[in-house]
Amino acid sequence: MNEISPSPIEQPSQTVRPHFWRILAWVGLFALLVVVAMVLLRKQQGPVAVGQKPPTFILTTFDGQQIGPDEMSGKVVLVNFWASWCKPCEQEAADLESAWRHYQPRGDVLFLGIAWTDTESASLAYIKKFGITYPNGPDLGTTISQAYRTTGVPETYVIDKNGNLASLKLSPYSSLAEIQAAIDPLLGP
Amino acid sequence: MVANLGYGTLIIALVVSIYGAVAAFYGARKNHPAWVDSARNAMLLTFPLLTISALTIIYLLVSGHFEVQYVTEVSSKSMPLYLRITALWGGQAGSLLFWSWLMSAFASAVMLRKWDRDREFLPWVILVSLVTLAFFLILSIFVENPFLSFWQSPTGNITTAMFQPAGMTPYIPPDGNGLNPLLRHPGMIIHPPMLYLGFVSFIIPYAFAMAALITGRTDDRWIRITRRWTLVAWLFLSLGLVLGAWWAYDVLGWGGYWGWDPVEIAAFMPWLTGTAFLHSVMIQEKRGMLKQWNMILIILTYDLVIFGTFLTRSGVLSSVHAFAQSAIGPLFFGFIGLTFIVSLSLLSRRWNDLKSGAEMTSWFSREALFLLNNLLFVGIFVVCFWGVIFPVISEALGIVGQQFPALAGIFTGQKVTVGPSYYERATAPLFAGLLLLMGVAPLSAWRYSTSKTLGKAIWKPFVASLLAVAVLWIAGMRSWPALVGFWLCALVVFVTLYEYWRAAWARHNTRGENLLQALWNLAGRNRRRYGGYIIHLGVVLMALGIIGIELFQTETQGTIPQGGEISLGHYTIRFDKLSVWDTNDGRNIARAVVSVYKDGKFVGELYPRREYYYEAQQPMTIAGLRSKPEDDLYVLLVDWQPLSTSAATFKVYHNPLVWWLWCGAAVFILGTIVAAWPEKDPEMVILRKVVPATSKA
Amino acid sequence: MMMIKRSWFAILLTLLFGLLVVSVVSAQQPTPSDDQVNAIAKQLYCPVCENIPLDVCPTTACAQWRELIRQKLADGWSEQQIKDYFVQQYGARVLGTPPAKGINWLVYLVPPIAILAGIYVLYRAFRSWKQPAKQMDIPSSTSGPSAGQEAAQDEYIKRMEDEVRKN
Repeated sequence: MNEISPSPIEQPSQTVRPHFWRILAWVGLFALLVVVAMVLLRKQQGPVAVGQKPPTFILTTFDGQQIGPDEMSGKVVLVNFWASWCKPCEQEAADLESAWRHYQPRGDVLFLGIAWTDTESASLAYIKKFGITYPNGPDLGTTISQAYRTTGVPETYVIDKNGNLASLKLSPYSSLAEIQAAIDPLLGP
Repeated sequence: MVANLGYGTLIIALVVSIYGAVAAFYGARKNHPAWVDSARNAMLLTFPLLTISALTIIYLLVSGHFEVQYVTEVSSKSMPLYLRITALWGGQAGSLLFWSWLMSAFASAVMLRKWDRDREFLPWVILVSLVTLAFFLILSIFVENPFLSFWQSPTGNITTAMFQPAGMTPYIPPDGNGLNPLLRHPGMIIHPPMLYLGFVSFIIPYAFAMAALITGRTDDRWIRITRRWTLVAWLFLSLGLVLGAWWAYDVLGWGGYWGWDPVEIAAFMPWLTGTAFLHSVMIQEKRGMLKQWNMILIILTYDLVIFGTFLTRSGVLSSVHAFAQSAIGPLFFGFIGLTFIVSLSLLSRRWNDLKSGAEMTSWFSREALFLLNNLLFVGIFVVCFWGVIFPVISEALGIVGQQFPALAGIFTGQKVTVGPSYYERATAPLFAGLLLLMGVAPLSAWRYSTSKTLGKAIWKPFVASLLAVAVLWIAGMRSWPALVGFWLCALVVFVTLYEYWRAAWARHNTRGENLLQALWNLAGRNRRRYGGYIIHLGVVLMALGIIGIELFQTETQGTIPQGGEISLGHYTIRFDKLSVWDTNDGRNIARAVVSVYKDGKFVGELYPRREYYYEAQQPMTIAGLRSKPEDDLYVLLVDWQPLSTSAATFKVYHNPLVWWLWCGAAVFILGTIVAAWPEKDPEMVILRKVVPATSKA
Repeated sequence: MMMIKRSWFAILLTLLFGLLVVSVVSAQQPTPSDDQVNAIAKQLYCPVCENIPLDVCPTTACAQWRELIRQKLADGWSEQQIKDYFVQQYGARVLGTPPAKGINWLVYLVPPIAILAGIYVLYRAFRSWKQPAKQMDIPSSTSGPSAGQEAAQDEYIKRMEDEVRKN
């Protein structure tokens, strides 16, 4: 057969008119794309970013205390997510406790440990093992970690006196000095 | 240096793809065949270029060039040769390149067919293929570059970059991380390539469908051309899914083969719509109906392939299967947006041209039953899609709830799991319906079938199937889901054998062929129909296995000392020995020897083991498996407690009939090969008119 | 004297032996067995790793949770109580299906509605396509519209089958 040249494109036979199913299909498609885009953006965002106001929460400690926004306001708050089964968390546990003992007398620094997806007995054993004295409580329903959009443990969020996130650390602190370097600038006069 | 070669060919391939796409578009619009031919050559050129690129990665992997980041990620000194080669698809960057290579292979193969009758399709097929290829190449070049190398600054900082940054020297890690231990299994070696083959080859029917929509040639020419392609794509996808199930059963150590994980479902959904499409195109070929619906199905199938790939690789879904999150998410999102919108626009534009003079003569005709088949497949698809997308929607609504506190009560955004019980409960009746249709539809005729004719045709197999179930009842089975399931399986088997038998008998009578010859020739004459029957038989065998394991699986777990025993049903396991040692490829193996007794009689030994990979810090449990047609005994070494000779914990699963799942899968694949096999020219028949020799394109 | 000593000795021995037997027997008293733990763990999902049931998850965290289930079972908690406890502690994602409240109802409503909608669409399509009933009497297919080989062979086979049936 000899060469057949590609024929010109046939024009559609009718002009497009709005039609219920057509509209529904387009609406459905856009809804899907919007939903997926929103979640994708959020995943790309990562955890709460420096400068933003992290979500408020109320922590019920293992001792039964309730610590919420009232107890946290006006203070430098260090929020540390940990778990008893998390080996890297143990690396920073001693340093965090030392830092707490250093800052606690001042009265304007608060350390909060949040046990993430942990069992109570294992958490208490961990606290006892490292002699931790700052308040610790379970992340009930994993609501706090979901609000912070954490991706694992250990993670630490340092909040300044105005309630904005000053720094975050997505791995264990390597030394006491590093913790102090995160907190000292926020203490003010 | 070799890495630069690979990267260079990637860039050239991208340039060639863009050129080809533009040339195809220009040639079609301006009616210049020379440009279209040039575009075709560009398409063909991408294949050798990408082959070079792929070969360079394989070379780098095999020879252990750890200065290349990808090699360090997936390869290591202690890995054997074959694993180093398969590490090509062990990580995100390599698998994307592999994907591009497969796509250029398929698209080039299409270019080599005879295009004389379909020149108007050619530019558009090229355009669709090259645009897709260009996208994946952009991902590989700019975002997930497998050729990035390590560089070290004088201060000791290590970064990755393609070309040497100023003031830095090459950094060569001493060894790589090695392939994820879970991937070092024969099933894992061919499961990803098969799956990718299935995914990628669906672009061919899609490209032709788009060409049909653009050119306005909306008759079934595009279906006839791609008929075999679609079947081959479907074959690879089915094979990929089955291999994945086999790997899960053999290696993952949870006594099951399918976990309804979102990524598994993402691969399953295009298979569902693809199967619906395979059946539905037969209606268009026989009756000229359903052109609009077939377009919808093929667009849906291909878009689901791309969407599923996006979900797996972008981090939107969290799953054991998902690749680590990377920046390809937003780019990929842009691509799926483009694909969805273009597909829908083209379909919308040509919608009215696709109208066909549809008429349905009977509720029991084959068309009607095929449509019912489509309804069920699409129903299962809807269940799966909703289950996968709901957590995403829930999270998105949670974001809305955060912005508008009034809605925060309802739109909590709390993470939820949509697990197997949702999927199983929702899809079980739909699958049962499909089994029933598999039994009835072969007996119905195109156009004319009434309840009477169907009833006449089916009553014998129907009675036989009831007898089979009665036997089960008498033997003590009381579970009604199992009875219904087995009844449906028996029905399909008897109907299929009956159909085959009647036709073979007719040939025997008219041609004097013995039955075996008749069976062979039948399959040869009408491969699609008889291949289809074999596929259905395969499905029924798989259904037997699935019913067995889902409804009758039992398990037990216990800690026993050496010499101790644990029982499950008819079986007793005795713990004989435990050896623990380190291998020379970085594993610690704990291997138990257990003796198996059935009803008190010794039937064999099993060797469940637990492997621990030091580098990856990952444990793997490999079951000791005794597999017989009637049941599987699956023994695992569990380390809830530390393993020692004084006490080891074993978990024992009894899985009846699972063997039939694999047997059925093999029959299924065989049937697909029969159906796809090119047919010989038809023999001249007694009819007194000349049958024109149509070429099978 | 010796007799008393011996009998004391015998009593002591018996007591000790009895104690041993009792302790062995009570050691074999099952704390909730692995199977009982697994029966509940099967229905829960690991809060840390996605989509992995608790009974097969190999991580330390999951091992702790299984021990927690064992302990709660030993304390006499029912299956429902244990599940509720896990939801309270770790969130709704530990359950295999979303708890039916709030928008989670959509999970269970949308698929059946979609399928029913599909049935309705199919029904309407059938109705609009169907020819009047008089053609229902024609038994089995006599002709297909296309002249493809399949139709010819179908026809051929059907004719031969009719032949066979007549004989």
